[in-house]
Amino acid sequence: MRRHLNTIYVTSEGAWLRKDGANIVVEVDGSERGRAPMHMIGGIVCFSRPGASPALMAACAEAGITLSFLSPEGKFLARVEGPRSGNVLLRRTQYRLADDPGHALSIVQGIVAAKTANQRTVLRRALRDHGDRMSDTARAAIEAAEQRLFHSARRASVAGDVATLRGMEGEAALTYFNVFDTMIQGDKSVFRFNGRSRRPPLDRVNALLSFLYAMLGHDCRSALESVGFDPQVGFLHADRPGRAGLALDLMEEMRPVLADRLALTLINRGQLKARDFVVDDGGAVSLADEGRKAVLVAWQERKKRELRHPFLGENMALGLVPHVQALLLSRHLRGDIDGYPPFIWK
Amino acid sequence: MLMLVAYDVNTGDSTGSKRLRRVAKACLDFGQRVQNSVFECEVSPAQWAMLRARLIAEIDIDKDSLRFYRLGADGKRRVEHVGAKPVLDLDGPLLF
Repeated sequence: MRRHLNTIYVTSEGAWLRKDGANIVVEVDGSERGRAPMHMIGGIVCFSRPGASPALMAACAEAGITLSFLSPEGKFLARVEGPRSGNVLLRRTQYRLADDPGHALSIVQGIVAAKTANQRTVLRRALRDHGDRMSDTARAAIEAAEQRLFHSARRASVAGDVATLRGMEGEAALTYFNVFDTMIQGDKSVFRFNGRSRRPPLDRVNALLSFLYAMLGHDCRSALESVGFDPQVGFLHADRPGRAGLALDLMEEMRPVLADRLALTLINRGQLKARDFVVDDGGAVSLADEGRKAVLVAWQERKKRELRHPFLGENMALGLVPHVQALLLSRHLRGDIDGYPPFIWK
Repeated sequence: MLMLVAYDVNTGDSTGSKRLRRVAKACLDFGQRVQNSVFECEVSPAQWAMLRARLIAEIDIDKDSLRFYRLGADGKRRVEHVGAKPVLDLDGPLLF
């Protein structure tokens, strides 16, 4: 079993990354802040402007360490990629399958059904944790949405084609995000959720969700690449230049578990305050420096949480789940297992 | 697993300081310096075999000494730090 490797997040203005022997060294304004041996690191996410030395970029590409550059708001800018390696046979199978709607269907069914089921689990947990503090109408709304998602998940697992599944996924997302605001128990004057808004997020909850999805996307993409997939060619997400379709596919089932639930926890425990966000004149909301740090610490802690994988029956860190799912998908494509077992959170 | 590597390299002769530098460099590639000639290395058994071989090849068996302490998979729990120069927890959140 692969070890869950740590990720370095560089958020300081004026930070510079360089290589020293087999160490990654982080310098801020010319003085050394920290160093870590490369074999303990799985990824580097860099939010600062200056960047990294070419020697470090080369070493990361060779060692399979994903090095991504993001804007301070978490928007993906660039990523360092070495020579295409991985498994050409696996990639060919992936392309063939993506072009064959009949075969891709079973994978997409699993992804959509699992995502919907996991969204339902988020609702059930909210009812369990805060149900007795909610008003009757709020509780009834969540219960109704939970029932609807339960049926969506069952219908998704037998749906006839990918286009239908895309529709069902959107429908389930609408049901889920319609009651998302009800699950927010924190300060309602600060955290209100009025439907999903992106590019730019228009409220604090959306800003937090978008940021967490960007972090999850980074992890899913590295997981796929380390297994040998082409992260751009997806099954559920249609190809579009510059879009990592397969990474988005892989993310779907993990969004509710890793991101949504964490966002709710951070808000409901009062770990984030109004001052942790910046509101633009245009209405765009993003995380402020301190808020971003708090979210990254919570994100790393969450990824270290142990759970039992429902398909493998093994205990592992939550952060390893994207890697394991990518591995299971590759085994399915190779024909070692009959279907792709999506990640269903209990 | 967590390994503790401590060394004493005799710098009395002309090649001594070169050996010292090379031993320190090998340790630094795999772990982090916790005191002047003490390193903690979180390594897999295969990485440990590589580091161990590299260290033994660097030293002069007649003049220098190496000590390896195997702290095991939950080695973190066996370590307590008091005083100056606190080290970075490489398994904790790494935010810079």
